[in-house]
Amino acid sequence: MTVPSARRRGSAWLNDERTRAFLFQALIFGAVIAVLTYLGHDATVNLRQQGISFGFGFLEHEAGFEISPALIPYTPAGSYTYAMLVGLLNTLMVAAIGVVFATAIGLLVGLLRLSGNWLIGRLALGYVELMRNTPLVLQLFVWWNVLRISAPGPRAAWQVIPGVFVSNRGVALPVPAYDPGFRWVLMALVAGILAAMGLAYWARRRQERTGQPFPTAGVALALIVLPPAAVFVALGAPFHLDMPKLGAFNFRGGVTVTPEFAALVVGLVVYTAAFIGEIVRGGIQAVSRGQSEAALALGLKRRHVLRLVVLPQAVRTMIPPLTNEYLNLAKNSTLAVAIGFADYFSVTNTILNQTGHAIEAMTLVAAVYLSLSLSLSLLMNLYNRHVALVER
Amino acid sequence: MYLLRWLGVAVPALLGFAWSGTALAGATLDGVKSRGVVTCAANTGLAGFGMPDQQGDYKGLDADTCRAVAAAVFGDAKKVKFVPTTTQQRFTVLQSGEADILTRNTTWTALRDTEQGLNFAPVTYYDGQGFMVAKKTGIKGAKELDGATICVQPGTTTELNLADYFRTNHMTFKPLVVEKLAEVENAFFSGRCDAYTTDRSGLAATRAGKASNPDDYVILPEIISKEPLAPAVRHGDDEWFDIVKWTIYAMIGAEEKGITSASVDEALKSDDPDVKRMLGVTPGIGKALHLDEKWAYNVIKQVGNYGEVFERNVGSKTPLKLERGINALWTNGGLMYAMPFR
Repeated sequence: MTVPSARRRGSAWLNDERTRAFLFQALIFGAVIAVLTYLGHDATVNLRQQGISFGFGFLEHEAGFEISPALIPYTPAGSYTYAMLVGLLNTLMVAAIGVVFATAIGLLVGLLRLSGNWLIGRLALGYVELMRNTPLVLQLFVWWNVLRISAPGPRAAWQVIPGVFVSNRGVALPVPAYDPGFRWVLMALVAGILAAMGLAYWARRRQERTGQPFPTAGVALALIVLPPAAVFVALGAPFHLDMPKLGAFNFRGGVTVTPEFAALVVGLVVYTAAFIGEIVRGGIQAVSRGQSEAALALGLKRRHVLRLVVLPQAVRTMIPPLTNEYLNLAKNSTLAVAIGFADYFSVTNTILNQTGHAIEAMTLVAAVYLSLSLSLSLLMNLYNRHVALVER
Repeated sequence: MYLLRWLGVAVPALLGFAWSGTALAGATLDGVKSRGVVTCAANTGLAGFGMPDQQGDYKGLDADTCRAVAAAVFGDAKKVKFVPTTTQQRFTVLQSGEADILTRNTTWTALRDTEQGLNFAPVTYYDGQGFMVAKKTGIKGAKELDGATICVQPGTTTELNLADYFRTNHMTFKPLVVEKLAEVENAFFSGRCDAYTTDRSGLAATRAGKASNPDDYVILPEIISKEPLAPAVRHGDDEWFDIVKWTIYAMIGAEEKGITSASVDEALKSDDPDVKRMLGVTPGIGKALHLDEKWAYNVIKQVGNYGEVFERNVGSKTPLKLERGINALWTNGGLMYAMPFR
């Protein structure tokens, strides 16, 4: 350790690079805060002059408008806060389903891009270029219109398989009716999953110790599936389907996946998968050729080379850009407002308009999407730390 | 990085309100004069009320209200600029000072008049909310709509009345809420919704303007709400509020006196003291409004009286085929009534 120069010469601290950097940052930060404070003050004064009240108290008032679809029971008598919660759950559902499917399809597309088959490679390339070079909002409108116009009205709905109806109101599906016994089945399922995790841990330890592989996948699957199935049968198989039936206008009962939801999820997945495909391709190509050649030389099968040698290394380079794509997907879900899906942004927008509290509503929108993005990237960063190269 | 994203949302909102400071405290008229145009927040496209024609010229009852104000201020009805707005943008556009008047078939309600900081000028069209369905459904009344999917625009009184009506009648419905009018209409005409709900004038406009065959659709008889459509200005500028108010009264007053755009030159020679005061032959009102004494003359000469504007845009000879009904003059059993010009 050298003695910092500032101690030796009193005035030299100003010339220290780090002090200066800090000083400039502080100045800029201060300036930004000052501008914001000024604007905030000005806005408050102007709002008061125009007689517009400011505050979040309005959130407790009755919403008065209907939302569909809603994951939790909702009526127009609910408060604005509750309406926002309904919208937020819809957003989370879209983001969760979107991220899972976009990853799966993106992985497939990335592998197809690297395929030795000329036709398959070109098709995958065409898909990627088409998706990446057209606006997402346009794609969403296309999906929405296709889903809406190609299907018949509810009375002439196509019955794909008994109980599943496709119409321009969406896809109506039967769902199992709730039964008290389901709680035991669920507990058996959780127990099975825990057992499978324990097994996987034991199998890995054993392989590391003895080199003996264990057919983990098959046994784990049996551990997860069999106990709940046994409990279910023991309870006398209390299974009833809640079937969709055609009412006067729409299907009642069961679950209906609306064209708006389908268009949003399909649109986001297909769009984001193109970007993820390129990340996967790049990640795999970043793994040096020698790695797979060495693995092959050791006698590993091709699929093992990909799964055990190439992918684990590719994942390291893929995680940071992948995080970006997930964040983009979550934020792009706000385009739901254009195609009539009641996501958080759309519901808050409506509230903004019914109440006129623009600044409050926009602040809430910003806060929620910020927390959503930060939580997503926190999770991804934790995973990144887990897979990152440990430097010793 | 994240701070920047947040700023992207927060700063424009704050700036909007901060800048509007310049447009306050009696300064709207000065602003309008220095810019040389009256800026009106208009519909993105509603036939008969506010819709650009093929030349991009806004046509309709609301557009003519805007032109009438320009005629009163500048003596030239062409000095207007229209800002197309969705239902969701309209109030912010007005409050932030981006527009001087909101002429966009907007319902006058208590909360908008108070908490949202708007001042409503006299009603230019008394409307009511209704439902439109395809004729082939055989639906005869709104009470038969239990369980239906209903297309509606967000951020409207319509959306709230709809929920109220179904709650009152113990019925359920599924809303399909889309912001852009054209997309709501497409959704309805493609059969995604069983019914479309908005003000009955809007239903007539949509049926006339967007249906491939207007006769395939019927407007149900029920009127489930009162929708007085009125232009609005910001709180805090009484001078500008007065100008907009009296421009509308001038149009209604002219119809009361039987003065049309064709006969207004003749009327300048009238002996009626009311007409003389209105047209500025006897000066006083123009000065009180901080306008030229010819203000009302210009409105009537260039835009017409209320009856002319109604017939030209939405009347029985237009595709909308709307009757005067309660929008007739009070002397004919309607609600249109001008305050005295003295």
